[in-house]
Amino acid sequence: MPEGQAERARAQIDAIWRIESARVIATVARMVRDVGLAEDLAQDAIVVALERWPSTGVPPNPGAWLTATAKHRAIDLMRRGTTLEDRYAQIARDLGVASEGADLDAELDDDIGDDLLSLVFTCCHPVLPTEARVALTLRMLGGLKTPEIARAFLVSDATMGQRISRAKRTLADAGVPFEVPSGDELQPRLASVLEVVYLIFNEGYAATAGDDWIRPALIEEALRLGRMLAGLAPDEPEVHGLVALMEIQASRQTARTGPSGEPILLSDQDRLRWDRLLICRGLASLERAESCGRGVGPHYVQAAIAACHARARTPEETDWVRIAALYEALARVADSPIVELNRAVAVGMAFGAEVGLQSVDALAADGALDGYHLLRSVRGDLLAKLGRWAEARADFERAGSMTQNDRERDLLLARAAECATRVT
Amino acid sequence: MRFMLFVYAGETDPGPTLEIVEAMNRYNEELSKAGALLALDGLHPPSTATRLTFSRGGDRPTVTDGPFTETKEFVGGYWIIQARSKEEAVELASRAPVRDGTIEVRQIAEGSDYPPEVEEAARLSQDPPEQTFAE
Repeated sequence: MPEGQAERARAQIDAIWRIESARVIATVARMVRDVGLAEDLAQDAIVVALERWPSTGVPPNPGAWLTATAKHRAIDLMRRGTTLEDRYAQIARDLGVASEGADLDAELDDDIGDDLLSLVFTCCHPVLPTEARVALTLRMLGGLKTPEIARAFLVSDATMGQRISRAKRTLADAGVPFEVPSGDELQPRLASVLEVVYLIFNEGYAATAGDDWIRPALIEEALRLGRMLAGLAPDEPEVHGLVALMEIQASRQTARTGPSGEPILLSDQDRLRWDRLLICRGLASLERAESCGRGVGPHYVQAAIAACHARARTPEETDWVRIAALYEALARVADSPIVELNRAVAVGMAFGAEVGLQSVDALAADGALDGYHLLRSVRGDLLAKLGRWAEARADFERAGSMTQNDRERDLLLARAAECATRVT
Repeated sequence: MRFMLFVYAGETDPGPTLEIVEAMNRYNEELSKAGALLALDGLHPPSTATRLTFSRGGDRPTVTDGPFTETKEFVGGYWIIQARSKEEAVELASRAPVRDGTIEVRQIAEGSDYPPEVEEAARLSQDPPEQTFAE
């Protein structure tokens, strides 16, 4: 086969792998009860595909073909009596080795949803450290290759490879069941899944690491995972809340940095550059979260706040009263000094700087944000609005001395200098 | 990456039968479940279309109502999908239940795909012209 054609075939099979791998792994994992082994078998199947498809052509339903091939491999493994490990013997007993052929193919048509959901919950199991959950999720559900994940998190391929194989071993050793958790277990486990998806999103969005290719790729991957979850667990308001939050935040992606990569504040962004399609999708997800008719969770509330900004065509149109109320709601479900500080900003915008200052001073008295430059920066801003220039200047200078970020320090000291010129 | 998939109906296209609509719904559902579908629409038949033809002179365009007998292929609808590569977009498109027709896969240009001066011009054109603020 000519070089170019072989390359094309390879790229096509790569694309099929990324589309199908999660489903193949999930279906096989239900059978062998071990996601690590399931992934190995799925990899075996794609190797067979790479050997055969370039000459035979891609079968009409490549996903079913890969799943069937992986399942037959699993059965071969057990038949051959490779009971090197007890778990293979156990699998063989569970399966009743007679099930083959027609039965197997019939199983392929079973509802894949539960298997995919089980795979998500297993990859995000709390027995794993967070970074391993993230890596495993990207690999098993995103179909990313180890070097791609390594690139995203600025570690070597070897380190990432070890992280992934250690994670698989941990899951097997801990005997983590391949299932969708139920009862009291469901909500905390779901929270763990949402945390992983949002971490992937933020790794792309906050741009702390990785290169230009990987950042948008991680944002898109997190969005894809979130939307997929929303389809698998449509009755969970927090899933829709997270999707809404990510869609709306992603809508500002091109507007939130300047030509040389400097951050642009929300109020200074060119709102015509916000992505209307993603905003519409985000607002629709928010409505779906509401229609679940259950109490509000932290992702939902954050999405509702993001939506207030998204709905405002100009900064002046922002509904700060609603945002202040939403921060109060957020404080009830996920209180933290940072949430309180944001709430104080919103209160200041909604009801005047004097009221905002009272909130900030209450927070300052509490002491939790003593070393946090944004507390001083917010206070300085409110004081400046009230014309209390000398105090404002002092706060901006303190904020400037606290931040580690040069660009931010310049900005704060410039504001301090500006206040100094106003002092009479 | 985002792609727009345009579907062109072939000459023997029977139009939307119940069977085709059901198959299309299943396909759309699959795209949605995979987290790939961003938007989609079907279009009214081309006989109801109107064309505007612009001349170089910058006069008002000529407006012509359909049907357009000289054109053999028409866009019947579109999908906007998110995919991780062109190949993935092509693979997803290849699963569409189209019996007779064509799908064209086009990548959607994002801001960063343009050269800097074009991007700058696009940005400027979005700023309100200064005279808006004049007394």
